[in-house]
Amino acid sequence: MSNPVTGPLQTGVLDAVLAPLYFLLEFWTLGMDLLFRLTGLELLQYQFMHRAILVGLCIGVMAPLIGTFLVHRQLALIGDALAHTAFAGVAIGLFVNGVFELGVSPYLSAVVVAVIAALSIELISEVTDAYNDVSMAIVLSTGFALGSTLISLNAGGLAVGIDQYLFGNLSTVSAENAAILLVLFGLVVATVAITRNQLLYVTFDETAAAVSGLPVNWYNRLMVMLTALVVVGAMQIMGVILVAAMLVVPVAGAAQVARSFGESLLVSVVLAELAVLLGIGLSYYGEATAGGVIVLVAVAIYIACVALGKLLMARDDGSTPETGGIEAGDAEPTAD
Amino acid sequence: MEELPVSSHEGNSVVELADVTFGYTATPVVSDISLSIDPSEYVAIVGPNGSGKSTLMKLALGLLRPDSGAARLFGEPSHAFDDGARLGYVAQHASAATEMPITVREVVKMGRFPHVGFGRLGAEDWQIVDEALETVGMADFADRAVTRLSGGQRQRAFIARALAGEADLLVLDEPTVGVDAESVEAFYDLLAALNASGITVLLIEHDLGAVTDHADRVVCLNREVYFDGPTAEFVESDALARAFGTAGTIVGET
Repeated sequence: MSNPVTGPLQTGVLDAVLAPLYFLLEFWTLGMDLLFRLTGLELLQYQFMHRAILVGLCIGVMAPLIGTFLVHRQLALIGDALAHTAFAGVAIGLFVNGVFELGVSPYLSAVVVAVIAALSIELISEVTDAYNDVSMAIVLSTGFALGSTLISLNAGGLAVGIDQYLFGNLSTVSAENAAILLVLFGLVVATVAITRNQLLYVTFDETAAAVSGLPVNWYNRLMVMLTALVVVGAMQIMGVILVAAMLVVPVAGAAQVARSFGESLLVSVVLAELAVLLGIGLSYYGEATAGGVIVLVAVAIYIACVALGKLLMARDDGSTPETGGIEAGDAEPTAD
Repeated sequence: MEELPVSSHEGNSVVELADVTFGYTATPVVSDISLSIDPSEYVAIVGPNGSGKSTLMKLALGLLRPDSGAARLFGEPSHAFDDGARLGYVAQHASAATEMPITVREVVKMGRFPHVGFGRLGAEDWQIVDEALETVGMADFADRAVTRLSGGQRQRAFIARALAGEADLLVLDEPTVGVDAESVEAFYDLLAALNASGITVLLIEHDLGAVTDHADRVVCLNREVYFDGPTAEFVESDALARAFGTAGTIVGET
């Protein structure tokens, strides 16, 4: 971060944006310290764990939030494709830093590259009229190939650090990266909060949404861009390879037990938070990689949800209401 | 809602197609279609499978743009028309996501989205939603997941969504596919009542019996328009036989 050659411009702008967030992080650390003193939980005594937990909590909200819209459009794999291109973004960032001796956070270059890739996938699908496996697979492998090539090109110090991007790492969540994640989190949650009606309509019934005057393509583009942001945000803990799981697994679990869309959003966030917190805890005490443990916990929760869903279904089956008649006489449409 | 379509520069047709030709490939699916639908009309489009009925509907709604010719909605070019609150649309076998956990009320709620935009639904909006559910006899199903409905019940939910939109123009693409016979009759009565209250109805239908019983005007299509006129004349004419390419007495049979 504190590269001596760092130009004044980029740090200036970035720091100005992130300054209030560093302040927020201090508060969070104070709160966590307090919690440590109250509970005596060993893992709460480290500052990097404080940040890791905060990042995990944010991921637990935004990943299923976006994932819900993706899964129900059969786009579960787009997260995976974007994660691999984000990896290329990381590699480009590290490469540029190495060659030009800059201090740009690789997560920022990952955001840029992933958003560009997201828009490319979307534009390809608009031209060919379908999201297809093939273009997704091509984007995915291109990203990964580009990433690994760049890394091998200046193998010097880089290959050492690459593991943290591939598998995620709790202990490398720096204050800067945590602040970047908070920005992404704010962007994603605010955008979904504002456009929730439109995103729901486009997700559920694209044709009807188009008829109702929504610029469907723009909402699709928005959706994939948000996905790119979530993927990059979640990458630091989950790692490139497992990041897509957070978009998909809690959502799939919630779909088993929730009846309404609102409920499914809420349940998926709760399940994801559960997976993140349990996963971080278990990985700390078991000294395992957090990303992997979180996903394993999430899958265990998913299986429990499937069982619970079957139970609920069996219990509900007795009660089927009657359809009423269609009341032609009562139709009083545009009369006001 | 506002008063009836203000006469904009192209007269006050609800739907206007002028020499419209369109093809997904080089071969046109519909060719040289000219058609004008006035407010409060009840028009049915009939034709054999693959005759371009659904394509014509998509052109009229601006979901597709003509290769040549012009399509207008409420006087504006269809593709640029964005006052979704004036359009209600019920698809054939609803194209909608089928696995999604979503309740009937949440589906019908979408009918209000063009009215509320980025905002929340107000008490009045919810009342309209509940009335629409009541109208299609789905009030008891309001909190039920759409995934657990029968085909007919699903279709009713989508009709309720179109009603909740309080549209000036209802476009229905084979809306009664999968709906039980008894409800189909009631459904057409509902359409007739809506039409009587001033709503323009554009119905795409394979069930010729339903069309001849209910619509005021029939457009018979097979790539081009074979007939366009009052239903009574359509029944008399041989348009159907020509369009379907069979020596048809189909009208009589159904």
